Amino acid sequence: MTAVNYDPPCTRAESCIIACAEAWRDAGEIMVSPFGTIPSLGARLAKSTFAPDLVLTDGEAALMVGAPPVATRPAELIREAAMPYKTVFDVVWSGRRHIMMMASQIDREGNQNISAIGDHSHPKVQLIGVRGAPGNSVNHPTSYWVPDHTTRTFVEQVDVISGVGYARAAAAGGGATRFHDVRRVVSNLGVFDFETPDHTMRLRSYHPGVAVDDIVGATSFTLTIPADVEETRLPTPEELILLRTVLDPGSLRDREIKR
Amino acid sequence: MSDKRTTVDAIIGELRSGMTIGIGGWGSRRKPMAIVRALCRSDLHDLTLVAYGGPDVGLLCAAGKVKKVVCSFVTLDSIALDPHWRSARQRGQVEVMEVDEGMLYQGLQAAAWRVPFLPTRAGLGSDVLTINPDLRLVRSPYGADSPFVHDPADADVELVAMPALHLDAALVHTNRADTAGNGQILGPDAFFDPLFLGAADRRFLSTERVVDNGRLTDEGPLSAVVIHRLLTDGVVETPRGAHFTANPPDYGRDESLQKEYAAAAGDPAQWDAFASRYVHVSDDEYRAHVEERSAT
Repeated sequence: MTAVNYDPPCTRAESCIIACAEAWRDAGEIMVSPFGTIPSLGARLAKSTFAPDLVLTDGEAALMVGAPPVATRPAELIREAAMPYKTVFDVVWSGRRHIMMMASQIDREGNQNISAIGDHSHPKVQLIGVRGAPGNSVNHPTSYWVPDHTTRTFVEQVDVISGVGYARAAAAGGGATRFHDVRRVVSNLGVFDFETPDHTMRLRSYHPGVAVDDIVGATSFTLTIPADVEETRLPTPEELILLRTVLDPGSLRDREIKR
Repeated sequence: MSDKRTTVDAIIGELRSGMTIGIGGWGSRRKPMAIVRALCRSDLHDLTLVAYGGPDVGLLCAAGKVKKVVCSFVTLDSIALDPHWRSARQRGQVEVMEVDEGMLYQGLQAAAWRVPFLPTRAGLGSDVLTINPDLRLVRSPYGADSPFVHDPADADVELVAMPALHLDAALVHTNRADTAGNGQILGPDAFFDPLFLGAADRRFLSTERVVDNGRLTDEGPLSAVVIHRLLTDGVVETPRGAHFTANPPDYGRDESLQKEYAAAAGDPAQWDAFASRYVHVSDDEYRAHVEERSAT
């Protein structure tokens, strides 16, 4: 095995990967659908270590065996089952999934926007579209990855609610709340959850090298900040070896965030 | 048995302005691009498209053929956003009925099953319901005293009633098809193509190669023949007919031409140059231009 360079002991991208991986701790045998390089690495790290029963897709139409490096060519993947889109919806609606989507905007109540910036009928900026976010967020655990935490991404109110947050789910009734579970938000600055009495966003941990004030300054709304909030945990030496020599020796992880 | 072979021109001839047309595939994957280009060249206008949107939507918007799009996204996969779609939306040129991906599936399924709607949680609480004020909710008729209620939380529950998305016509591209109109998909995902066909009045397949009835098992398993002839009215052989979108195992996405397509957005002169070389040409010329391009 290649010798591991422990300097630095943990980069920002690696903190983000650990934070993503932790979202799937104790998840059991469920399908993980990570969007982006860092959530993909988090899922592979979790599957390789503390969450071996996770089910990963190949990003196309199959489930893949193991947790291969992120740069693995499609022809080299070993697949275990077919997972065409039609079957994906069977999984979504059965609840056996915890997705981590990206968010162009996210707000205090956990609403996510990937549809449009501005008025939807005449958008200032057209984004990709709501995709599966409305259905995902009311059917199974849903987390978000935001690689650029700023006051433009962490906003008071998103422009078009694609993924449904807590207050909106509650207002929509039991059909929406029954399986609704916006679990985590991981950004390049920290980790957030909604474990507050009114299910608004709370700082769960700040990444090493980030000050809580930096997070407050990059967020447009008031975050709940527990007095005893901790730093995002460091990777173990085994996790670092796995990340740096096996899962991502080409450091694709560093391309997704500004450090 | 009738021979369903036809031509792209004959298919276009069966379509009318103002129609609602479903297009198979997903994003920039296995789109019936030869027929889409012919639509761009036609005098049809004010079309409503229903699609898991990719460059089919972008091209038709750029060609000014589209009044409305029913979709969940428009993406080129390797390029996240189709800039032609973005530009059409930001200029207010097209209307959109934007719904969750699963809602689109259920709308097609409802039409294919001839029921007016199917219930779903998808959409509840989201702005899908506010930006589409015509969408309605439905309350389960099964209350707490019903013998069918497995979980009390399901009693009287309110869900989205996704309406049937009826299509005037559906266009789908397959790897192989036979003369009778059976279609075979050799790639990893059939997407929702059988449902697009099932939801439509007039159903057309384009395909890489048409073979004799009964010969589809020569190249792939019978289980890949997911489109049976009860779902089709016409089939046309269009070699490389999904190009530049991905159509494995016949060919992958032509990333280079897709980039050129994307770069032509927003600049009328660049679009004209692209369209004159890759849209306003016959299929033979298109293939020749693609070959010339990859040779240089």
